[in-house]
This record gives sequence, structure tokens and C-alpha cells, in this order.
Amino acid sequence: MDLVVFFIASVCAIASAIAVVAQKNPFVSALALLGNLASLAALMLLLEAQFVAAAQIIVYAGAVMVMFLFVIAYVGPRGEIGPGARKPWLVALSVFAALLITVEIIVVVVGASIGDVASVDGDYGSPAAIGKALVTHYLLAFEVVSVILFMAAIAGVVFGAGGRPVRLSTDQVLAKEGESAVARRREASRAALEAARDSTTGESAR
Amino acid sequence: MSVGIPSFLIVSAILFTIGLVGVLLRRSPLTILLSLEVMLNSVNLTLVAFSRQVGGSDGQVFALVVMGIAAAEVVVGLGLVVAMTRRAMVLDTDELRTLNG
Repeated sequence: MDLVVFFIASVCAIASAIAVVAQKNPFVSALALLGNLASLAALMLLLEAQFVAAAQIIVYAGAVMVMFLFVIAYVGPRGEIGPGARKPWLVALSVFAALLITVEIIVVVVGASIGDVASVDGDYGSPAAIGKALVTHYLLAFEVVSVILFMAAIAGVVFGAGGRPVRLSTDQVLAKEGESAVARRREASRAALEAARDSTTGESAR
Repeated sequence: MSVGIPSFLIVSAILFTIGLVGVLLRRSPLTILLSLEVMLNSVNLTLVAFSRQVGGSDGQVFALVVMGIAAAEVVVGLGLVVAMTRRAMVLDTDELRTLNG
């Protein structure tokens, strides 16, 4: 049973991680990351780390991903950037180096004898045990993390809300929208002008 | 437990490498941040796996701390992305080379 759950969860995790990296649309990438986080939580449950699995779902899937999706929606289609003009040998070198690291880790892990798994009681990984460790032995780390989160919140507000949004000049807008938009706009303004002229001449003739 | 700890470590290594390839090859800062999340989560899995191997709660506390730091990092990164969007800059890490030496 454990083996089946492990197999399904790890295949889902790897597939969704590949989707995160390979998708062009960041929205799809973020949703794939949600699947990755859920599969990792399942793997952590197999390791009897209930509290960390629950925190993974609540913190990542609940909070971080919502923020990601908001920013992706704010940025819009400008966030969709393909692979572009990369030198092929550079891409090949990166993938080769990454594969090398994987093979290296797998060889080390398979070759090493890490001994028997410790036997644990039912209290292992429970919120009570983790919470006790967090506020007794690791109190300093706990407080430092809270200070860092506070500083990051301030930094996020300053980065995101500080300054004034830049207004594009007409030339920049035209350059972004392209010639067809320029022609369309010119046509529309000419039609409006002629309509106005027609109405004024009509009134003066009357 | 029928599944050994090394299997978890191998899955974690594969996930880490996939995230690494994403960070190296993608150009959108949003996707780079998402790939960084994949890397951090794979490390979390390693920490939890070794924690299970040893039988203590230290690794799990470490994983929780890593989650907190990852959240802080995401806040700063997304704040930068929003600032770049507001200043009408190109969201492309290949184009953002003003600070190049």
C-alpha cells in the first residue's frame, strides 16, 4: 500500500515539476506547482510528518500560491516569455550539468549505507511534538524567521507600492501597439472629424 | 515502513534538478520564482526524510523554517516583479542587464 502511494505521489510530483518548468504560461506553471506541492505533502505523510505536510498545504497552497496567482494576473500576458534565443550549446550544457548532478546524487544515495530507519512512536511528527521543539530548543530560529517575514512584508510593500507608475509617452505606446493599431486609430479619428464637420455644415446650411 | 528512505532522497534529487534547469533556462522572473519553489520543496522533502531516518523532530523544524524563508523570498521577488511591471520594464531576465559590470 505504501509502495503504491509512494509511486503515484512521486510520479505526480516529477510530472508536475516538469510542467512547472516547461510551461510557457506562468498561470499554468503556478497550477502545476500546486499539484507538485500536494504530491510532496503526500510523500511527507508517508514519512509520518503530519504537521509539516499540513503546513505545506496551508502555507504554500493557501497563502503563497494565492499571492503568485494575484501577481500573475496583475502582470498579464507580459509574463509569458518563451525560451527565446538561447545558445543551443548553453542549453545542452545546462541540462547535461543538471543530469550529472542527479546521477551523482543517486549514485551516492544508492551506494551509501545509511543504516536502519529509527523506530518512532505515534507522537512523532504530531503538532504537539513539533510545536514543543519549536518553542523550546529552536526558539531563536523561530523568532528570527518571524522578524525576517516582517522585514520581507515591509520590503514587498515598498517594492510593490512605492514610487509612481510610469506613464508611457505616445511614441512608446505606438511602438508597443504596432502599426496596425496606429492605422486603426488614425482612421477612427478621421471618421470622427468628418462626422463633426458634416454635422456643423449641416447646421450652418440650415 | 515498506518504502526506504533512499527512494525519497532520489525523488527529491530529481525534483531539485528539474527546478535547477528551470532556474537556469527560463527567462521570465515569474517562472524562475516558481522553479525556485520546486527546488526549495525538494530540499524540504530531503529534510523530512532524514528526520524520519534519525527519528527526531529537528529536520521537520528545519523544514518549517525553510518554508518561512521561502515565503519571505517569494514576497520580495513578487514585489520586484510588480515594481518592474509598474515601471513598464520588460519582464525578461535577459533584457534586464543594467547592473551588468
